[in-house]
Amino acid sequence: MNFVTVPSDFKLPSILENYRPVSGRFDELLNDQNRIGKHWQPFFRQLGQTTTDTLDQKAQSVAAAIAADGVTYNVYDDPRGIARPWEVDLLPLVLQATEWDQLAAAVAQRATLLDKVLADLYGPQSLLTEGLLPPALVFGQPGFKWPCQGVTPPGGRYLHFYAVDLARSPDGHWWVIADRTQAPSGAGYALQNRMVISRAFPSAFHSLPARNLADFFRDLQGHLSEHAPSGPDTPLCVLLTPGRYNETYFEHVFLARHLGFPLVEGQDLTVRNDTVYLKTLQGLRQIHVIFRRLDDGFCDPLELRADSVLGVPGLLGAVRAGKVLVANALGSGLMESAAMFGFLPGIAERLLGEPLTMPSVATWWCGEPPALEWVVEHLDELVIKPSYPGTGTEPVFGHQLKGRNREALIEQIRAQPHAYVAQEWVRLSQAPVWRRDSQQPLAARSIGLRLFAAATADGYTVMPGALTRVASRDGAEVISMQRGGLSKDTWVEARRPARRVPLTKPRLSIDDLLTSERDTPSRVGENLFWMGRHSERSEMTSRILRAAFTRLATNDEESEEALTGLRAAGRRLGILPPLAPKAKPEVGASGLLEALINRDQPGSLAYCLQALALNASQLRDRLSTDNWHLLSRLELPLQSRPSTPDKAIGALNQVILDCISLGGFAMDDITRDADWCFLIAGRRLERLINLCSLLQVPLQAKEQQRDTMLEWLLEVTNSSITYRTRYRRAPELLPVLHLLITDRSNTHAVAFQIVQLQRDLPEIANATRQLLPPDIELAAQSLQQLDLRPFAEPGADQACEQLATTLGEIIRVCYNVAEQIQRQSFSHTAGQRTRWNPA
Amino acid sequence: MYSSRYHVRHETTYEYLHPVSESHHLLRLTPRDLPWQQCLDHRLLIDPQPDLQRTFVDSFGNHITAIQFLTDHNRLEVSSECWVDLAPRPTVEPGPAGQSWEQVRDQLRYQAGHPMAGDTLQAAAFRFSSPLIPTGQQYRTYAAGSFTPDRRLTEACQDLMLRIYQEFTFDNEATDVSTPVASVLKQKRGVCQDFAHLMIACLRSLGLAARYVSGYLLTNPPAGEARLVGADATHAWVSVFVPGAGWLEFDPTNGVTPDHAHIILGWGRDFSDTTPMRGVLLGGGEHKLDIAVTVVPEAEFELIYDQGDTLLTKPEGLAANPAVQTPSAVNR
Repeated sequence: MNFVTVPSDFKLPSILENYRPVSGRFDELLNDQNRIGKHWQPFFRQLGQTTTDTLDQKAQSVAAAIAADGVTYNVYDDPRGIARPWEVDLLPLVLQATEWDQLAAAVAQRATLLDKVLADLYGPQSLLTEGLLPPALVFGQPGFKWPCQGVTPPGGRYLHFYAVDLARSPDGHWWVIADRTQAPSGAGYALQNRMVISRAFPSAFHSLPARNLADFFRDLQGHLSEHAPSGPDTPLCVLLTPGRYNETYFEHVFLARHLGFPLVEGQDLTVRNDTVYLKTLQGLRQIHVIFRRLDDGFCDPLELRADSVLGVPGLLGAVRAGKVLVANALGSGLMESAAMFGFLPGIAERLLGEPLTMPSVATWWCGEPPALEWVVEHLDELVIKPSYPGTGTEPVFGHQLKGRNREALIEQIRAQPHAYVAQEWVRLSQAPVWRRDSQQPLAARSIGLRLFAAATADGYTVMPGALTRVASRDGAEVISMQRGGLSKDTWVEARRPARRVPLTKPRLSIDDLLTSERDTPSRVGENLFWMGRHSERSEMTSRILRAAFTRLATNDEESEEALTGLRAAGRRLGILPPLAPKAKPEVGASGLLEALINRDQPGSLAYCLQALALNASQLRDRLSTDNWHLLSRLELPLQSRPSTPDKAIGALNQVILDCISLGGFAMDDITRDADWCFLIAGRRLERLINLCSLLQVPLQAKEQQRDTMLEWLLEVTNSSITYRTRYRRAPELLPVLHLLITDRSNTHAVAFQIVQLQRDLPEIANATRQLLPPDIELAAQSLQQLDLRPFAEPGADQACEQLATTLGEIIRVCYNVAEQIQRQSFSHTAGQRTRWNPA
Repeated sequence: MYSSRYHVRHETTYEYLHPVSESHHLLRLTPRDLPWQQCLDHRLLIDPQPDLQRTFVDSFGNHITAIQFLTDHNRLEVSSECWVDLAPRPTVEPGPAGQSWEQVRDQLRYQAGHPMAGDTLQAAAFRFSSPLIPTGQQYRTYAAGSFTPDRRLTEACQDLMLRIYQEFTFDNEATDVSTPVASVLKQKRGVCQDFAHLMIACLRSLGLAARYVSGYLLTNPPAGEARLVGADATHAWVSVFVPGAGWLEFDPTNGVTPDHAHIILGWGRDFSDTTPMRGVLLGGGEHKLDIAVTVVPEAEFELIYDQGDTLLTKPEGLAANPAVQTPSAVNR
């Protein structure tokens, strides 16, 4: 006999044959008589007798779509790596129209209430004066931000975007179990779920019909732009993210794209004269709205948490001056404390003049002595939580605690009663979840809803859908995404057929075509510039170290001499630490292995590669997958910590090959817009600096030593082959200098770098509408005036000295150019009063 | 009734290893005006000249100067000078002073639906743990030695202050700004900031309201020695809320009740609310910090400084006697 019953006019879908509701729990699909709820019938009618195999294929294509869109949820300490694929169940949750309308009205009322409570607590505090809220829940809460007291946000509004977690008890009532008031997450995932699941069941979606989500996001976008304190200017809104290590980073990227807001990190913004600016490659652009996903405390290291490196120093000052709208207002996290729940009904009567429509789950704040005693007596029926969220403590189910642990908890609560709340243990409602099991393809699991509301001119509007969160296994009570929870798309039954509004934006027209990105954050250009410099530096470092290890392995007199020269070159380029005064010259491998593998020694190869990896990680979304793979394996050859010259040479061969491949990517795999110019300019400047510094070593050496240095000089500048094919004889000073300095056809020559920079730098200036970095023409001129004839004579000491000086000037020019690029395009600060001299 | 007039010079110098290209700072260097304290003149000299500068009042009522630099600098020098008149603190009426500490604790406690008087509500802000001051059993236990049943609040506070003064050793090597209060209690060593934090932790753990007060203290050179410029330091002490009387001050570092030698800059929940200088820098690397404070009574001003040495000259007229009001009127 089948357990589930259906109306007489349709046949029981086979997948439901073995579905078993959990006794004592509300089932979202079945009513008391185990009949399929009316609002679910269109879905199963459309599904008809679809086989398990077909559904399994759908489930696989859903997973594939999630993977293709790169939807991830970062789980700390997950063995699958930080970016774990987002998990969505194949079956949606369907909500009935009438029930939805009641839920939506209650959520809108609650948002209105919480907004007013925030305005009161950061303003006149009449709720405290009148005794409607204990001061401990304001002043004793880390969520209350003192610096925000008395700061009225633009428009007086605190809550622009609000989320609430609901649970349904066995009697079918919904209860609020948590408020999310500072930077709620999940709406983007809900939208993503909708895109994937509505595509899996297009006819079922339209036959319900289910309500569309697009209007909600348009309303949110419209509201934020309307309330931007931008005067007559077009408002610029940004989405502020803590960065890619945040658990919901994917959602930040997704929402930013969907809302059309640039995605920025704290370091992309700067506050000047109480005005917030975005640092872009084209200069500073004023920001009017910050839609933030950063928690209160981290937003401004100047006035809030001093240890925050994610925030924007001075942001609160800009809010105080009314120059920027931060959504939600700074300090809004205050209302996330469940300890507030018990006081909200009274506050609703006072502030709204009406009763609170949807009750919070029964909650006792232990800070009140009678509540404390009640809680201790009824522990089995309660869930104990910290009063102040963000302390990292998980909820504890009283009935699961026995003996010593139970005593310990009671002791803890008694010691700090105000820090704990107890909530009635709600037996969560159940919904069918798809699983790979042909016998019982649907299983009942605990679910909870997260609903979203956005402020509009006419009060709060509630997203007609939800993020349904599902427990990670059958019989589990806690729903937590960090613990591997699953999610569901949520379909709200519409009263009339839905307009077919496409969820995605209107198609692009010919006028929308772009040849480059606008508002590129300076951080991107800066990381490209330094990626160029670090990859070039890594290559040169590797070549010098390889030449040194090769000589070390050979171990004859000639090699010994060369090694001394290479050590001098290593010190000149900062690869080896400077020789202490009066120190004995090093022998053997000493110092060289350190320069290879010590990640903490500035200038070592390991140090350089580490810096390169850091730059690359900031550019993850701009690099091709292949380029990314190459970058992520650069440090591998050093991980075995080579300990002999042979092993070192093997590792260096690999690093050099990888560096050459990187050069190939730079030339042939990256779109040649303004961003690319920064990468290339970084490479050229670095190579030019390294070449000049390297050439100075023989030029400043004594004549006898000079000639012994030419061979390795050609080797580390990758010019030996060219030299040999041209001259077929041992290296001599004149032809070497010609090849490495003035020969414009040699990609490893000084002249080649200068010619390229003469071409690239104006492009940067043009693309960024900034001033042309100075002086590169000076370098070109000094090179043109160079007369190589004296070097044909033996003992050209004076000419050598002069050339070394000229090269020194070129190095200085390079530093000046780099510094101007840094200031003009990246940090946007004025030059220093006295120039810093790098030499 | 007499008043005293003081000149205070507070110099702060940062030297950075690398140039700082952009920085923001908040300066809490302007003394508050109070019924018994009047700031006659205050001036800041900042070198290099900040690119932006403005003032505002924070949510505790303290004066803040916000400055910003957008130009490279290797060094930042802030000189703050003020002339302050101090009258004796108002004396506590015998009535309020007679309350036991339990009575006061109960008056401060929240009762559902009962309105809270303005000053009690203001006091409530200082009854709970704060970023640098925890509350808990260990502090209650330590305080119990002074807070015996039915003891008068003022008397118990006086006793707690004296115990900290006697049982703890002043030692500026033992702690730094990040030393937690729990270790101070354990090792019984520290500086004024630590002793103030500890006393506040004790009072709040009992359910009383206590604030952290930051300011300057006139110190006197050893007998026979001359006053030295820069020999003083910023100071910190405690004030406790006594219903009907306002905030009474206690200095556990010196075992005294602050009177005409304690100049108040401002107050907050703990040091983090009152840091004289707080900043966020771009660049800079490691830095060297040098602070010099000099408090000079008016009569010795000419002995210490030559003409032109100071930003502020001696004000005209005699030290005024600011009208003494009940302190509760100026709590915030």
